[in-house]
Amino acid sequence: MGAIYRREMGAFFTSGLAYVFLAVFYAFSGYYFYNTVLLSGYTDTSPLFKNMFRIVLFLIPILTMRLLSEEKKNRTDQGLLTAPVGLWEIVLGKYFAALTIYIVAESIVFIYAFILGYLGTVVWATLLGNYFAMLLLGTAFIAVGVFISSLTENQMTAAVFSMAVLWFIYLFDSFSEKITWEWLNKITSELSFYTRYIEFTRGVFNLTSVLFYLSTAFLFNFFTVRVLEKRRWS
Amino acid sequence: MIEVKNLTKRYGDKLAVNNISFKVEKGEILGFLGPNGAGKSTTMNMLTGYISSTSGQILINGADILDEPRKAKSNIGYLPEIPPLYVDMTVDGYLNFVYDLKKCKLPRKAHLKDVCDLCKISHVRTRLIKNLSKGYRQRVGLAQALINNPPVLILDEPTVGLDPSQIIEIRTLIKKLGKRHTVILSSHILPEIQAVCDRIIIINKGVVAADGTADEIASNITNEHKMTLRIEGPTHTISDKNAIVDAIRALDGIKYVRADMEREKGIYDFDVETDGKTDVRRAINALCKEKGWNILMLQLSDLTLEDIFLKITMGEQAAVSDSSKSKERPKINFVVADTDSTDASEEDAAEGEDSAEEGGDQ
Repeated sequence: MGAIYRREMGAFFTSGLAYVFLAVFYAFSGYYFYNTVLLSGYTDTSPLFKNMFRIVLFLIPILTMRLLSEEKKNRTDQGLLTAPVGLWEIVLGKYFAALTIYIVAESIVFIYAFILGYLGTVVWATLLGNYFAMLLLGTAFIAVGVFISSLTENQMTAAVFSMAVLWFIYLFDSFSEKITWEWLNKITSELSFYTRYIEFTRGVFNLTSVLFYLSTAFLFNFFTVRVLEKRRWS
Repeated sequence: MIEVKNLTKRYGDKLAVNNISFKVEKGEILGFLGPNGAGKSTTMNMLTGYISSTSGQILINGADILDEPRKAKSNIGYLPEIPPLYVDMTVDGYLNFVYDLKKCKLPRKAHLKDVCDLCKISHVRTRLIKNLSKGYRQRVGLAQALINNPPVLILDEPTVGLDPSQIIEIRTLIKKLGKRHTVILSSHILPEIQAVCDRIIIINKGVVAADGTADEIASNITNEHKMTLRIEGPTHTISDKNAIVDAIRALDGIKYVRADMEREKGIYDFDVETDGKTDVRRAINALCKEKGWNILMLQLSDLTLEDIFLKITMGEQAAVSDSSKSKERPKINFVVADTDSTDASEEDAAEGEDSAEEGGDQ
């Protein structure tokens, strides 16, 4: 797993993708930090995190689009799949590389906290809670992105499809509100990524939400492994 | 070392590989020969665990590729048809990655140096792979297969796209590797297989059509025996030629005779095929003495690998056209003379096949 992780990290930077991702992430988070936190005169960072949900929807597919699609297109997957490594190692190596870049991007909030420290008192509990929530969101969404990347040979297809799926996940809430059957409504509202995320930004730490994100991450990584496995059998 | 039992691969309705079985012993260089689409790459992809088989079993050094994939795969170095190179990495970066990927325990610096020296890529180690020529990429591909010193090397068309001198280099390298590794090599280039391999398996339409050394295959496939004669008649004209053909044809044990090229003015070569039981050399000599002709050359020529390959892969059609129009032999004989040397390039071989087909259609 280490070898694949290190190669993937290198590829993020040599291809310039990591720079683009970090730059765009910093630009938007900087804008929201200025607009929703600094200008409002509060040291509460929750509005920043609330807005970043939508930005992350579009940025994560950029991070994950080439992870498996490019391997298939360039036939480099032949090298990986015939090496003495398991499918989980391949998938997780790539997954954690993307997650690392995501964490680097997200950790910019500590610089914002530093700035806030000059202007007032930082509410560390909400900030760390939010940071943690965003990290969990990333674990789930990156797994979805990696999975979609494994379905196609084309990076662009992977990116657009991932954006659509993540956007659907975001819109899912407004769908589920319209459902009149109570039992179905109950199920769909439990499956809401956004509601669970917003819960964290309000300072509520919910263990079921943590499990929800982590099991989504596991499930989609598992699907990815199955896709690779199935390709051998077709 | 490698044992393949009843291997079958089915894609939907299409049977890509049908019930192939063979064994490769330690230190053997085995050549997979077959026309494009015969199932060579499919078989190799199954041997290396890239794709699974529909049925059958593959044992690499005793480990089943499906049951114990890691153990089996750690014994294999694989160079696929398209080398699995990350083109935005340097050669050094890539080989270090493969070293880690294969969890190699050999001393890193020394081992990578050995591999690079062997593949002659030491002077390009700091360059990006995307800036390398096809020949160098192929060598980097071979280098990655050699990392961790696997006992089994599987090379899928290792010389495709290389120039003639590079082809010779790679072949020499493969022969060298064959002393320490078990090598399976696929190709559709006949001289290559003949030059490098101890043993040949001819695959056609997903089945093993022949298995053995080039000589064994030749003697199993056919009982034909051919020779080339160069005889000088008295008048140095066409009438000589016809008289000689008729006279030889009248001898016992001759299957057919055909006048070939005019080698010198009025002197012709004759292709003679016997039934294989009678030794007709003395009879021909006596005949020439009696008629006052001079034998300038008598050369026995057994079937070449190329003849065998065409016979097997073109199947019944070739055989039918042979027997029904025995006088109109395919022009294959010219080709054999041209491509007999092992250094003949790929184009030669391809042309050879083309002209042979034309000959068959006449």
